[in-house]
Amino acid sequence: MFRQWFKLIALLIALVPWPAHALLTIEITGGSEAALPIAIVPFGVEGYAPPENISDIVSNDLASSGRFAPLEKRDLISEPHEGQQVNFQDWRLLRSEGLLIGKISSQDGENYQVQFQLYDVYKAEQLVGKRYNVPASGLRNLAHQISDIVYETLTGEKGVFSTRLAFVSEMKNADGSKRFALQVSDADGANPRTVLQSTQPILSPNWSPDGQQLTYVTFENNKAEVYVQQLSSGRRNSVASFRGLNSAPAWSPDGKKLALTLSKNGNPEIYVLELASGNLSRVTHNSQAIDTEAVWLPNGREILFTSDRGGRPQIYRVNADGGRAERVTFEGSYNASADISPDGRNMAMVHAVNGKFHIAIQDLQTGAVQVLTETTADESPSFAPNGRMILYATEQQGRGVLAAVSVDGRIKQRLGESGSAVREPAWSPFRQ
Amino acid sequence: MKLFKLFAIILPLFALAACSSSPDKGMQEGDVLVEDRGAESAGVDGQGADGEDMGAEAKVVVGEDQYAGNELNDPDSPLSNRTVYFEYDSDVVRNEDQQTLQAHAAYLAENPNLTVRLEGHTDERGSREYNLALGERRALSVRRILMLQGASIDQFQVTSFGEERPAEEGGDEYAWSQNRRVELVYVGR
Repeated sequence: MFRQWFKLIALLIALVPWPAHALLTIEITGGSEAALPIAIVPFGVEGYAPPENISDIVSNDLASSGRFAPLEKRDLISEPHEGQQVNFQDWRLLRSEGLLIGKISSQDGENYQVQFQLYDVYKAEQLVGKRYNVPASGLRNLAHQISDIVYETLTGEKGVFSTRLAFVSEMKNADGSKRFALQVSDADGANPRTVLQSTQPILSPNWSPDGQQLTYVTFENNKAEVYVQQLSSGRRNSVASFRGLNSAPAWSPDGKKLALTLSKNGNPEIYVLELASGNLSRVTHNSQAIDTEAVWLPNGREILFTSDRGGRPQIYRVNADGGRAERVTFEGSYNASADISPDGRNMAMVHAVNGKFHIAIQDLQTGAVQVLTETTADESPSFAPNGRMILYATEQQGRGVLAAVSVDGRIKQRLGESGSAVREPAWSPFRQ
Repeated sequence: MKLFKLFAIILPLFALAACSSSPDKGMQEGDVLVEDRGAESAGVDGQGADGEDMGAEAKVVVGEDQYAGNELNDPDSPLSNRTVYFEYDSDVVRNEDQQTLQAHAAYLAENPNLTVRLEGHTDERGSREYNLALGERRALSVRRILMLQGASIDQFQVTSFGEERPAEEGGDEYAWSQNRRVELVYVGR
């Protein structure tokens, strides 16, 4: 087991040239023994050298998922770039089940033609092959798309490599004051771009179902208020700035409503805001308790939320049009920050054991709870859109970092970076 | 009025322009920088309301008393103590802080023209959103006591920063005990 783990790390170090512009990088801190061996041959280059190394990005993507074990480069017997150059017997000897080859060419250094072919080595047949024309700036995205195609072809599940992450960074100025940025990066942490910067904290980013907008909480007016921001234009609107708290926004599955926490009537309660009309309807009615952190079930009819109405924070379920709330969590004295898997079957949450905060998953049918993490200051779980991984915030030597864990707890990733503390992650939906 | 409106829109635009050229410097309290592509439309496309808010709120200096009454500045007065502390996940004001609040309640009752902002805070443990609500609950708990002792409801602004503005950095018991607090910030009227 340890040897495999060591091998995986060695292999990652050998294979993955971490791009200098990446804010976040992925490390595997635990591996899956069932990882599928795959040979990824460095793509052939004709004409101008491309600014991105596509085969390295694909290899990094697939390895980081924990479901693939790319062969080490030095073990590659030959370097075919086209189908007729492939000798399947060679690759069978290496016990590689999949083989990815391709080439990239450019006459002007601006536009690139990229093609790839994925083979089943044992059947000696092509599974998929495609050709693209992209500008230099589109090469990295294309590499992630190729990773998605390889992942889906070989596992039968959609890949999440071309999705995005939103998160909040905290940076210290020279005078000790802080500044905060809401950032969006590729799913591998590369290409972080700042979509909002403020001298005040930013909280709880949440994606619209179409992936075009973010809602979040800012303190820029010295109190918690909810904004909605269009990512392409940067245009944003304050959607809730009532007296008291305006917080914890969560987009409904149809994209038309936000569930959110307002304390305008004196106590934090869950409300539903219809975005087009501005109509507000109150969902919870418990004037003694904190009700917050609403999240929608995929059916769009029910909401889970955190409440301390039983004395300590636990997760409850309520109809989005109101009514009686029923308790969902019973294990442990602290359960909060629920997120729902895309199929609606599982709930991720922050679950305290002996005062340590871990990420746990609960089967919503059976109620069975499994603690997934050993880290102890975990916050803000967010499911990947294919439901495979859970992204969350934790601490490393007192500094905020992002990490991810597979829903079975076997694969653990850490997205390290330098300079700033990061937290409040939200995994985007699939690109549409 | 028109001129003010114009300034309210133009000033934030200058702030945005300044920030986008040097994102590391020049950010003022309350300033917000939207991504470059968005900066223009954030100012131009009917975002006047936001701009005005930002302009107006930029005057408020957070965490410092704007009202400089003598009694408040006298280190021997119980009024000089303007922070009360809480146990973990609790909004119950401790016995040792009751005297401080009594003094503030009496002072507010004697000076009905004064307003105080109650800022609730929590330690870093647990959910940020839950902590935001807990901070508000602490501030409301302090308000209840001050009102029972003679202050009037319209003398208060209640706000919460949850765990977002720690008084003490660090992940130990001491830092946590210092961060679970409500600060009384006197503001003029």
